[in-house]
Amino acid sequence: MSQTTVQKPIDKIISELKAKGVIAKAESENRGSLEVTKDKITEIAKIMKEIGFDHVIAVTGIDFPEQQKIQVVYHVSSYSVEDLQKIIFAIKTYVDYKDPSLPSLTQIWGSAWTGERETYEMLGVRFEGHPQLSRLFLPEDFEGVYPLRKDFKIKLEGLFVDKPG
Amino acid sequence: MEVEVVPVQGELNVGPQHPGSGHMRILVKLNGDIVEDCELDVGYVHRAVEKLGENRNYMHLIPLVERPAILDSIHMNMGYVMAVEKILNVDVPERALYLRSFAAEVNRIASHLYGLGILGIFIGHSTAFMWGFGDREVWLQILEALTGARVTNSYIIPGGVRRDLTPSIIEMTKKAIVYMRKKLKDWEKIFLKNPTIMDRLQNVGVMTREQAIEWGAVGPNLRASGVNFDIRKAEPYAAYSKLDFEIPVYKEGDGYARTLVRFEEMEQSMRILEQIIKDIPEGPILADRFLKQIPPIRMKKWVQGQGRIVLPGYYASFRPPRGEAAARVEASRGELFYYVVSDGSPKPYRLRMITPSYRAIYVFKNLCKGARYADIVAIYGSLDYFPPEADR
Repeated sequence: MSQTTVQKPIDKIISELKAKGVIAKAESENRGSLEVTKDKITEIAKIMKEIGFDHVIAVTGIDFPEQQKIQVVYHVSSYSVEDLQKIIFAIKTYVDYKDPSLPSLTQIWGSAWTGERETYEMLGVRFEGHPQLSRLFLPEDFEGVYPLRKDFKIKLEGLFVDKPG
Repeated sequence: MEVEVVPVQGELNVGPQHPGSGHMRILVKLNGDIVEDCELDVGYVHRAVEKLGENRNYMHLIPLVERPAILDSIHMNMGYVMAVEKILNVDVPERALYLRSFAAEVNRIASHLYGLGILGIFIGHSTAFMWGFGDREVWLQILEALTGARVTNSYIIPGGVRRDLTPSIIEMTKKAIVYMRKKLKDWEKIFLKNPTIMDRLQNVGVMTREQAIEWGAVGPNLRASGVNFDIRKAEPYAAYSKLDFEIPVYKEGDGYARTLVRFEEMEQSMRILEQIIKDIPEGPILADRFLKQIPPIRMKKWVQGQGRIVLPGYYASFRPPRGEAAARVEASRGELFYYVVSDGSPKPYRLRMITPSYRAIYVFKNLCKGARYADIVAIYGSLDYFPPEADR
């Protein structure tokens, strides 16, 4: 096959991933995403690191109470490869309420350290193999389970507060 | 006579209210005065921005997301609005883009001066502290004139900005640049070239290029370790693709290099401001789509008369379509990342906010290991770590 047109960096990554059997999609010129099951996430992370994504920007947990699931999103990007600097890639995976655990990616990307720890305390996702999985932001005497789950309601004041009596 | 040196091991609590820690506790394990391990206890100012974000309308969130770093509120504001704009699919007019860059650069100078001042007081140079806070005032007054607020400006709104530039603000900025250029020379003499400061910062908290990448350092801290990465160049937003500026990069990776990067960035920011004043195009400051919603009386009195946007009430509860957006800006301390997931309701389903100081937590923890106890404050100050920004 001869390719005369210059490939955009994002398309290049996607075809590179495809060659390795990973399905990913481009959302725009600088954003891409892929979904994996949790047993494959370490493998995917290693592939992504080989391509050149060398740091994790964010680890996000999103709660979906109707499906009894939590989505964990890793946003990765690159400092060392100039072509990839402008690209942010999202690696998405789901964990069940029954067994909210994921293999930790801190061995591959050290920069996932803070994000995984926060996702653990805020949503209760256990990252197996994280060197220090403990509370980071919440106070020691915090009560209640996991604040970023949707069933944790916070008290909100209405626009007009009724005076008592 | 021989002196027997007994190794002393122990733990020490630094903070939560200590000149060297701010609102955070550092549990230091010491061997003599060498730090063997350090445990960061962040979260003393935790404001639960992400949780509150799920309970507020998109517009009501603007003042909330800037709160974590009040001295860098324009960037906090801009990153969030850019993410919302991506979901809404709004184009921003040219003049508004220039105004965003203008406000952001003024804010960057003010924030760096704050950082240098704090670093000064940490390592016992109180003149830098007073100068930093004094000089910052000059830039804050420009922001005040432009946005109407001193610190949390809430200046940038989806589709544009809230107020237009006036000739008096341009005049103020020109004066401020002349003043600052003169003052930066004094800064150099009294602070950067000061032997004490050089001793306290050089070869302290050294982060190699590989370490900076592995730990995910951002902003000036990253660039001081030899990585040429700036979002203003890598993924230009606002008007940065049309502006000419340089990115200071140092190889040393120590506290002094981090200070120098911030110091030189101020000069670059002033270059950007000069270009913006010269080249700013005429035109509206809010996207057409939203301008049409403003009633004619307000349009005539406020928008055309005074260059201020007074929005109609229903603007506050718009419903963006389903979707998600990730936006990032180069804030004063480094990369600021927003991830907004919308489910079609007037409130975000999930708001993720990754601030530069949040990413510095891991960097700081690693840099402390093996350092001398007295250097902890120097490392802390040179990272320009801002506790409320880290725990949000």
